[in-house]
Order: sequence, then structure tokens, then C-alpha cells
Amino acid sequence: MTTLTSLAKVEAIALDRAQLIRTVRHVHVSPRPLIFVPLQLAGEACAPLAAMVGDDRDHERLLIAYEPRDRTERFRFAAGLGEVILGYVDGYAAGDPGEGVPYPDAPQVWVPNAGGMKFAELLGRSTRFRRTEGPHPVPASVPLLGRWVTYLAERAQHPLSSLFLSATQALTAHWATGQSATEDQNLATLLAWIAPPPGQTGAQAALLAENPARCPPAGPVTDPDFDRDVLEGLIKAIVAARQSGDAAARERAQALMARELHSVLKPTWDLMWQAVDLLRSLPPGDHVAERWKTDRFSFTGYVRYLQEGGVPQARRDAAVDAARRLARLENEAQQLAAHMAYDDPLVMAEYRMTGDAFAGPVVRAEPDRLDETGKRARLRPWITVETTDDVLAELGADLRSPARPAQQARVIEVERAGERTRVTIELQSGMGRKLVPEPGSVPGLGDVVCYTTFKAEFQPPPKFPDREDTPWTHGGPPPEYVPRDEEAAEEWE
Amino acid sequence: MSSPGGAGTERRLAWLRGGELPQTHNARTIAALASNPGCARRALLDAAATRKQDIAEHAGYPVPFGMSPFALSRGVVFERQLKDDPGGLLLALLRETLNLDIAEVGFTDLNDVGGSPDLAVRHARTKAVLTGRPDQRGTLFDHPLLRFRVGGRHAYLEPDLIAFRHDDTFHVVEIKSFAVIDGQADPAKVAAAAIQSAVYVLAMRDLVGDTATVHHESVLICPRDFANTPLATTLDVRKQLGVLERQLSRIAGIDSVLAHVPADVSFSLDADEKGVPQRDPGDLLRDIKRVDANYSPECLASCELCYLCRDEASGSTSVLGKSVREELGGIESVPRALKLARGDDPLPVPEDLREAAAILRRAASLRRDALAAARAETW
Repeated sequence: MTTLTSLAKVEAIALDRAQLIRTVRHVHVSPRPLIFVPLQLAGEACAPLAAMVGDDRDHERLLIAYEPRDRTERFRFAAGLGEVILGYVDGYAAGDPGEGVPYPDAPQVWVPNAGGMKFAELLGRSTRFRRTEGPHPVPASVPLLGRWVTYLAERAQHPLSSLFLSATQALTAHWATGQSATEDQNLATLLAWIAPPPGQTGAQAALLAENPARCPPAGPVTDPDFDRDVLEGLIKAIVAARQSGDAAARERAQALMARELHSVLKPTWDLMWQAVDLLRSLPPGDHVAERWKTDRFSFTGYVRYLQEGGVPQARRDAAVDAARRLARLENEAQQLAAHMAYDDPLVMAEYRMTGDAFAGPVVRAEPDRLDETGKRARLRPWITVETTDDVLAELGADLRSPARPAQQARVIEVERAGERTRVTIELQSGMGRKLVPEPGSVPGLGDVVCYTTFKAEFQPPPKFPDREDTPWTHGGPPPEYVPRDEEAAEEWE
Repeated sequence: MSSPGGAGTERRLAWLRGGELPQTHNARTIAALASNPGCARRALLDAAATRKQDIAEHAGYPVPFGMSPFALSRGVVFERQLKDDPGGLLLALLRETLNLDIAEVGFTDLNDVGGSPDLAVRHARTKAVLTGRPDQRGTLFDHPLLRFRVGGRHAYLEPDLIAFRHDDTFHVVEIKSFAVIDGQADPAKVAAAAIQSAVYVLAMRDLVGDTATVHHESVLICPRDFANTPLATTLDVRKQLGVLERQLSRIAGIDSVLAHVPADVSFSLDADEKGVPQRDPGDLLRDIKRVDANYSPECLASCELCYLCRDEASGSTSVLGKSVREELGGIESVPRALKLARGDDPLPVPEDLREAAAILRRAASLRRDALAAARAETW
């Protein structure tokens, strides 16, 4: 939270509905996302209970593990889920795009919340090592599902990626509600604040949405009352019917369970599509397509890796891989922050609050100024910007402007007079090759401009030693990862 | 004036509770109390050992703090397989984790004292057994009934631990059913287990006095990966002990809380012989509100009165969370924060709010400009 977003929360209370804290959308929204609402059995690490999944809002698929504690049922559920998710993913991996070219589009999976993401990660962990032959054979879709959801869960950690999104996270990144961050984790109350039904305030709608009997929790854990009053009896009946061999009774109980789970999942399913629609209604930021392209490259790379028989992801990274990965994530976080600021004046306002950016009108301009101190004259226009923002940039600092992101600029003089600060800036590139600037390449008198001390360009990550040069302090070169038999046969009970 | 925790205090607390039997504490409720030491309402409701869930419901703010039968049975199954054969799996785990050389252990369940439900009797038995001479090198005591001093008053702890005694050193052993996957568990659950362990360590130290030491390293036993195989880890709770002692010392002695509460305030539900509350809910609510609360969104995870206090706090920035409130310069009222931000408060800004007000005005003007710029797309 910052002062600006906190202020927006206060406004949300006063204005009875959530307020935008971004003026553009900073995530990619697929034209055909896959919605995945998983449920798990309470108290278990990762016992799938049911899932509502699909890429068409009018045709939800309901998958159920009728006996969630039974191993065979779990793998049957995983195989069914695998078919849906793999079918969706395969739709984006048709043909060979050619060397160095990504697929034209990539899959995008949405879960309701952070818990849903964690569930996907654990589901990936418990299925990706399984084998289709040997002592505990499973259908081919099980380990493949495991690798794909593990891949997606890993990508979700990358700040620049939009392949795998949590609805609450994507929404709270764009709207401030009149409730706390804890309560914002509840998809139903969050949407109640963002889009309250007619005649209700956000607070009233959220209060109603908080009642699990009205709005079943978005999972992955179900409402304890539902577990006690409905689910427990149904599962018992199914187990009993199977044990006594009463196929008709079993079928009846399963049909009942399917109906109950459908009624618990369908409200969240509808909220998920509402979340997608809301985010889609915001115009995308300029850098969103560029970031999605890195997702497409990543996706294309993983398809190829699997085609070439790549092994499942190891349970833990080796030292160099882990260090490289962390550096990359940090780098991406900085890049994302800069992208967002450049695409969105409301994000830039955060930096103007802290003095890392300033904006104001150009009050003096020498667009044709030449620097004649060297052998050849160089075009070095000076402009003076007057601002009421705090300016942290010091003499000689490099600056960039969202309007001309590639143009290098340097601080020549900072004069402070009361509330106003005048910053004189020398422009050093991006004006053409002649001694007069190309039209539009230098801000004119009276133009409102914004300058920052950071840039949105890609920064190369630091160098790390190769795998075989892992220093002894980090355990020396790690052995090549080969999946082991125990991993494939691990219990899942 | 009666002495702290004396007969006068007891009488007032009993009056607050109405005719109800006192509720027992558990490590979770004490940990929750320690997380909001500034809340007089919670301190009083806990000190009087009231049924907070029933009170909240009758006052019109029921809170769904139920536990799933699946989670309960999973916990029971996991615990059973360890306790059914303490000399086997459990001992092997302890031997390995604490690096001890013990061939066998004794196992005593202190839960059952000739069927007596009396807490004082159970506590006395626990004390006698735990401070007696050790007759074996390793001994496990299940369900010791401990006492804990909170708010200047002793509360019994509903036990959920095993005390493991070895050469006059006790270790707290906690069995939890959340999984440790590839060496990692849910950090929130581990943190909760650690603070609970710290409550047990403090209570154990209080109990055994000088006759033995209670180690700051607890043993946490959880299922490993996706199976039911147990995995034991030591948990150093020194940091949690420090936090807990500091927080508990900040909880005002209950007498000073009582001094600010009008004598006629009561949380009684006036239940009839069938246990059905007869008290007017509005009357109960009024009495609850006569004791100050200190609401924050963290209460939603741990206090039965959270919805009541949240409703009462509406219009205050505290409902938005501590970090938001800090960003707003600590300003408590939502309308006031907005007025300061818009600069249209007719009252002069007090000295101590001047800086906060300037920052808010600046934020508001930047927000307005940015929204306007987005519409006009000037840059």
C-alpha cells in the first residue's frame, strides 16, 4: 500500500464502490482464457475434490473425485483434468512456428485466488513424476498434466508473465476497495465492491457476499458447514454403496454429489468470467503486448522441451539455477514497475510522490542548441521543466521520459524556489542525424512533460557461473537431474 | 480494593459471565490474545472465560469459525497412528530428531483422572506427575493440563501436546496434520504452531519450577509429502517466547481493565434451563460496546467478535488495515482523511497532523491529475 492507493481505499468507502488505482490494464487478457476453479478436501495437503474448468462460459466442465481419499479416484480425476487442460494447451501448440519464432498465441489459465495457485503447484508436484508403466502405471495425461501445471505455477512467479493468473490478485492490482487486503482475498466480496448490484453499496454487497451460505467460498477449501452437512454424508454413502456392490445406489449418490458440487462451484465460475470481463474492459498498457510476447516465447520453448523428451521439473533447483532464477525474478520486477509507470500516469504518480519522477510544463527551450566544445558540433538541446514535485535527481543524473523512452537526457541544473523547482535538462539522442532536431523529437515550450530516474528498457541480468563451474561453497557442480523410481511411486493418500 | 486475581476480581468476572461455566483457554486463544494486547474487550471476555462465539451470535454477529469434519478426522487419524504405539514410531522420531540414546519410553495419558472433569484436579495430577522423580530415562506425558497466567489471572490450558521428559529436560512435542512437502510447509501454519509451542513452553516452565528445565526447542511432527508418514523437526521457539512474554506483559492486568468498566456491564446470555438465551440482544450488544475494542483486520482470523467490532469500527481507517492507516498518516476517521486530502476541512489543521495533511493533499492532487491525464492522454 502507498499513500495513493490508501487514499483510493478511503475514497472507495466514501463513494460506496471500489476505485481504480490504475488507468490502464497491466495484465494480458486472452480472448479465450481457461477458467479453473479447483476444490480440495479440507485438512489434506492436496486431495482433489472437484474442479469446474473450461474455456467457454456457457459450457463448464465439472470433474469430481467421488472418493477423494481413494488413490485410484485421485488418478482418475487427474487424468480427466489432464484431458481438459492438455486439450486446451494443445490448441495453442499446433504446427511448428519455425526456429526463433514463437507460437502466435499462448494459453492463459485463471484460478480464483492464491490458494488456487498453491493447489495447482501441489497438484503438479504430486503428478509430474508418475509413469505410464512399471509398478504404479497411470494414464499418460497424468504426468503431462503435472508438468504443465508445474510450468504454469512456476511462470506465475515471474512478474512479467500473464500465463497463469489469480483473479483476486489481478483485480486488486487495478482496483482499491473499501475493505482490508485480507478481505480482498475473497473473490465474492472483492467483486461486490468493484461491481455492486444496482441499488446496493459496495459495503452492503460485500456483507451479503461474505456469507458462505449465499456465496460459497471460491476454494480450494470448501465451507466447513457444507462439509459437515452435505459432503460427509454423500461420500459415506458412495463408499458404502461401492463396498456393498450396490451400483444403483452408488450412481444415485454420485449424481447427488455432482449436483451439490455444481451448485457450490457455479457461483465462483460466474464470478471468474465477471473478473475476466472487468479486466478486459480496461484499455491495455502499451507494454502489455511486449510482455505477452515473452510469455509466447516461454510457452513455445516449453512445448519444444517436452517434444524433445525433457524430464519433469526437479523438486528443487540446483544452486546456480536458483541464484539465476532469483536474479531474473528481481530483474523482471524492476522492469514491470518501470513498464507500469511508463504506461500509466497513476503509477507514475507514485514515483512523483517519492521524488523518482517529476512532471510539469516546459518553461524554456533551446531546441537548436549546439555543443561546440568538441571537434565537431553536436546537437544538444536544453529544456527547462518547472514542477511542483519533489525532485531527487541530482546534477548529472540520467533521465528518461515516457513520451520518448529511448531519448537520453541529463540534468544540467536544478533551481529551487519555494514550492517550485526548475530542472534544466540536456537532450542527448533520439533527434535524428542533422544539427536541427527532427520534428516532435524535442518537447516544445508549454508542453507538459514527465522525466524519471529509471528506464523501462530491458536490463541484462548479472552473469552466473555455468553449471559445471558451481563453486564448492555452493556444493560444487550438481549431478544431472534424473527422475528417480521412488518419485514415480510416491504415495498419494 | 481486592488483590489482583483475588476474590473481588473473581466475583466481578463471574458476574460478567452470568451463570455460565468458565470456558477453558487453549494455546490458540492465548496466542490470539497476545496478537492484540491492546484490546480491552477481548481481554475481558477472555479473562471472564465467556463463550465468545455464543455471545457474538446472540448479539447478531455470528461468525463462521467451524472446522470441517474432514480436517478433524485427518488430524485424529494422524495422531492416533503415533500415539497407539508410542514406543515405536514416536520414540524413533524423537530419538532421531533430538539425537538421543533411549531404548524405551513410558507413556502416561494425563487426560483421564479417574473420570474427573474438574480442571483443578487434573492440573494437580499433572503437576504431581511432572515434578515427581523421573523413574525412567525417557517418559512421554500426553495431555498435561497446564495453567497459564494471562492478564494477572490464571487460565487453564486445554492440552494439545505431549511433554517428553529426558534426563530432567522437557521437550514440548506438538503433532500437527499439515503436510511438509519437499521440506517446506505453509509458513502461516508453522508460525502458528511455533507460537502455540511457546505458550506451552511458558506454561510448562511455570509448572515444573526448578525441578527440571523446559527446552526452548520443541518438536513438531507433521505428515511428510502427500503420505501419512510422520516427519519430526525441531522448532526453536526462543523468538516466539520473547514476543509472547512482551505482549503478555503489555496486556493490562485485568483489574485495571475492570476499573474502567461500569459495574452493571454483563455478558450474560440469561440462558434458561434448556440453555436458550433469554437476554434482549440489543441490551447485550449495548453492554459489549461499553467495553473498548481495538479492531484490526487480523481479528478476522482469530476473534469470535470480529464482525461485531468491524461493524462498530466502520467509518474508521482501522477497518482497512494497519498499513493503510499508516500511509494515511495515522488519521483515524475516513471522512476526516478525505477532507484533509481535499483541503476542504473548515477547521484549522492541528499541528501534529500538518505533515500528514500535506502529503494527503499532494496525493489527492496527483491522483486527480493522473486520472485527468489518462483521459486526455497528454503523455
